[in-house]
Amino acid sequence: MRVDNDDILRSSGTDVRKCMKCGKCSGACPSFDEMDFPPHIFVSMVERGDAAALLSSKSLWTCMSCFACVERCPRGVEPANVIEAVRASAMSPQGANRMRPEDVPVFLGAAGECLVPQQLLASAFRKYSR
Amino acid sequence: MKFSYFPGCTLKAEAGRSGETAISAAGALGVEVTELDQWQCCGAVYPLARDEIATKLSAVRALIDAKRAGLPLLTLCSACHHVIKRVNRDMAEDSDVRDRVNSYVAPEVPYGGETKVVHFLEMLRDHVGFDSVAKRVTAPLAGQRVAAYYGCMLLRPSSAMGFDDPENPSIMEGLIAAIGAEPVLYPQRNECCGGYLAIENKGAAKRRASEVVRSAAEHGADCIATTCPLCLYNLTENGAAGTMPVYDLTALLANALGLHVEPSSGCAAVCSVCSERNSAHAC
Amino acid sequence: MTKIGVFVCWCGSNIAATVDVDAVSEAIKAAPGVVFATNYQYMCSEGGQAAIRSAVAEHGLTGVVVCSCSPRMHEATFRKAAAGAGVNPYMVEIANIREQCSWIHKDKAEATAKAIALARAAVAKLNLDRPLTAPETPVTKRALVIGGGIAGIQTALDVADAGYEVDVVEKSPTIGGKMAMLDKTFPTLDCAACILTPKMVDAAAHEKITLYTYSEVEKVSGFVGNFTVDIKKRARSVSVDRCTGCGVCSEKCPSKRAKSEFDQGLRERSAIYIPFAQAIPNVPVIDRDTCLKFQTGKCGLCEKVCPSHAVDYSQEDEVITKQYGAIVAATGFKPIGLERFDEYAYSRSPDVVTSLEFERLCNAAGPTKGHLVRPSDGKEPKTVVFVQCVGSREASGIGAMKGKPYCSKICCMYTAKHAMLLREKYPDSEAYVFYIDVRTPGKNFDEFYRRAAEEYGVHYIKGMVGKVCDEGNGRLTVRASDLIENRQLLIDADMVVLAAAVEPDPSARALATLLTASMDTNDFFTEAHPKLRPVESPTAGVFLSGMCQGPKDIPDTVAQAGAAAAKVIGLLSKDRLVGNPCVASCDETLCNGCSACERVCPYGAISYETKTVVDRGAKDERRVASVNEALCQGCGACTVTCPSGAMDLRGFTGRQIMAEVDAICR
Repeated sequence: MRVDNDDILRSSGTDVRKCMKCGKCSGACPSFDEMDFPPHIFVSMVERGDAAALLSSKSLWTCMSCFACVERCPRGVEPANVIEAVRASAMSPQGANRMRPEDVPVFLGAAGECLVPQQLLASAFRKYSR
Repeated sequence: MKFSYFPGCTLKAEAGRSGETAISAAGALGVEVTELDQWQCCGAVYPLARDEIATKLSAVRALIDAKRAGLPLLTLCSACHHVIKRVNRDMAEDSDVRDRVNSYVAPEVPYGGETKVVHFLEMLRDHVGFDSVAKRVTAPLAGQRVAAYYGCMLLRPSSAMGFDDPENPSIMEGLIAAIGAEPVLYPQRNECCGGYLAIENKGAAKRRASEVVRSAAEHGADCIATTCPLCLYNLTENGAAGTMPVYDLTALLANALGLHVEPSSGCAAVCSVCSERNSAHAC
Repeated sequence: MTKIGVFVCWCGSNIAATVDVDAVSEAIKAAPGVVFATNYQYMCSEGGQAAIRSAVAEHGLTGVVVCSCSPRMHEATFRKAAAGAGVNPYMVEIANIREQCSWIHKDKAEATAKAIALARAAVAKLNLDRPLTAPETPVTKRALVIGGGIAGIQTALDVADAGYEVDVVEKSPTIGGKMAMLDKTFPTLDCAACILTPKMVDAAAHEKITLYTYSEVEKVSGFVGNFTVDIKKRARSVSVDRCTGCGVCSEKCPSKRAKSEFDQGLRERSAIYIPFAQAIPNVPVIDRDTCLKFQTGKCGLCEKVCPSHAVDYSQEDEVITKQYGAIVAATGFKPIGLERFDEYAYSRSPDVVTSLEFERLCNAAGPTKGHLVRPSDGKEPKTVVFVQCVGSREASGIGAMKGKPYCSKICCMYTAKHAMLLREKYPDSEAYVFYIDVRTPGKNFDEFYRRAAEEYGVHYIKGMVGKVCDEGNGRLTVRASDLIENRQLLIDADMVVLAAAVEPDPSARALATLLTASMDTNDFFTEAHPKLRPVESPTAGVFLSGMCQGPKDIPDTVAQAGAAAAKVIGLLSKDRLVGNPCVASCDETLCNGCSACERVCPYGAISYETKTVVDRGAKDERRVASVNEALCQGCGACTVTCPSGAMDLRGFTGRQIMAEVDAICR
């Protein structure tokens, strides 16, 4: 899949060149064990223009958007924003949505009531579809 | 004290009663809360991409309505607070976002982030005062060791949220002490519970939530209290598994004020396994 | 009419490659007043200077224009050459055709035209120059050193050894500074006290050195060679003359709840206390905020038990005023506060300590008598995690910066030292050092670090700690990245040691204002030149010693302290100083007495007086500005502020500046 690394840099709104490769993001990440590419590698690969390799990364779907990396980065790099930008890119082609309306009924009870907090579905649609 | 109120989808839904509970508690404390006439879902996720405009509009509409009413905008759900607070900051500080949103929404007066966004806890601390809360308590939770769970959305990024010390917060402990319980400090209180992954990766959500519950238990907590509906759900469903009660902190407040909220246990949602409406159960 | 010679420098090819120097020297011959013009390969060389001398002799020049590099570079050189040939040195003008012309242009024709314009401007100004005579002032042969740490002590000793009087002002009750708190020093692991305390004793015993401890500089006026300084000696409540340092007062003092500043709060001290055993002077001080006598009026026990009747509750702060020829800032540093770094659980767990606290825990004179134990339960730690760069090397990102943008420079080395000390004390312990980079440039420094890793078995892990969890029951869980192996580590630790960034002592900012010395954005004092004048402040007569100028270790601090002393000695060895004649002066017939100039003068050089002014034949009583030429630094702030044009700067008068502008615009 073709991806414009500059687009990702722009939409993430962060300056990845500020990264000093300290790894505090990956030291802070509570989801590290669920990730194939941890936050510091995300930043590093986007910095050198290799965002395409991240489009099929498992990390896109295991980042919890908890902003621990953003909060603790000593360089203001905001790795979570970089991951979000790549995630958005991964869903831009037709049919790449990860969450579809037909996925919803499983979360509904017999009377049509929502079995999970509604925000969970709302956020899943925001994060996993376009 | 008067506030406009943005309840958000989860707290407004049939299953979630904590919104009403919180508002009645506020009323008992002399705070007048008026729900916005019309509001739309905030989107539940703050759009990090700088060029996103459409996904910020519903938050801006709520902010403009509050500005028209001349009142600060009260939020309760962590996700709503996070989204609306950050969008408001964009409107105040990012001229690009401000111009594009204003030209789309076309309000009578361009909106520039004038509305003050206040979370329910901030309202209690800064407008009511924890001392005043303590004075109104009729049924103190004496002897209860309550572990506050902050989660992520209220605290981080602190530069945008300005809510509390992101690594050593104290606002929830202040409220817990005010209602007569003993706050329990534990290191996982500001670490993510994995709630967002509850659909996508339940295993990961369980591992995180269990870690939070374990940490609270090891520090001697009798129960966990939170104000975030998603955390409440995830900690209850995926973390506690019946081992530790997880409460909505505003319900604890309401009970301490003598409002007798039923049920006082915090499961705002329905257990997906047994459909029981109570958190403290095993299934 | 000034007879002007113009000398165009090639500066090798620096100028000549971009500027047609022949064209410049030819064109400038037509300028008014110019009687001679030439060009030469290197005007600053002996040959170039000889050309000036011979042209003066041959053509009877009374003014010289050199078209060359920036006047910052060689104005002094050419003034001296002119003076040697009998031309008043203030009748020399420099046209900067290098930095402001040849270096920044590519087109030779354009650059040449600009060089000619710049030369014309210099000639136009020189036509209005008047010979000036530099004033001379005497030098007070005494130095003031502000700060009594190793930097201040070393500077004071070196200046005093050269035979000059030195006063040291130290704000805490003892000299010794941060070095006195250290246990061992890198890269030799020798005891800090063993090498510092003899110097402290030397300073106290030196007949040329006077120590003012528990004192602060309150006011500074004057100028290089002639500073007047008010020193506030805070009330010690104990007579330094009578006290024998027996310590009975501290022992008997019933108020023992104050945190020991010297022991980083790890120990409690009495209200009347001597900071540490080798303190100088070895005289206690009463901390009035925690003293029962001062707080409640009751007690007075120390006065009763003192065998030498040295306790004196009635003592008051005392201000003394003294004259100095030179002032040295040696205000040192402190570790930054870690309130905003609670991801490391510093304020949650007593077993998470700063490196300076760790020093005290290792030190035989420290709160644990050198038995390295955890502050929480007094147990010996088995696993210790060291975190480097806590608050150093930060960037201001989307949020406010929590730490500092610079490298604190000393942490890599002292962390290696700490890890070695731990492994030496407890061979069965584990030491983990998380680093971003290990920076060890310094003699025997890298070898020291490698020894820690290779011989002492310290685990060096490239990565950073993301979170420290105080699990209760004395366990700390450290979550960190290991970038080499791309994994996240969870380490069960007994202690965590944070290498907090250093920052200038907070007192430095107020002092900089008193001294009109400049600071950088991090509140470190600025040097006059970062490479060539590293121990001088841009303010004449003010010198810099130690950490107040930037992060540095003990060897660097001592070296800089000596360098600052050499500069002070050089200054004090002069009997008279040549001042700057390019100072402001007031045309009293134009002055309207508005005081605007007085308000903007950064040097306090302007005052107002009422005097008789003769204006166009009429006598008049007027309130007019008067410039103290010794204080004036010639900055020109008053001249541009004056609404009536009364203020002018000699050598840079309004007419001269306008003549330059006219020449360029012609």
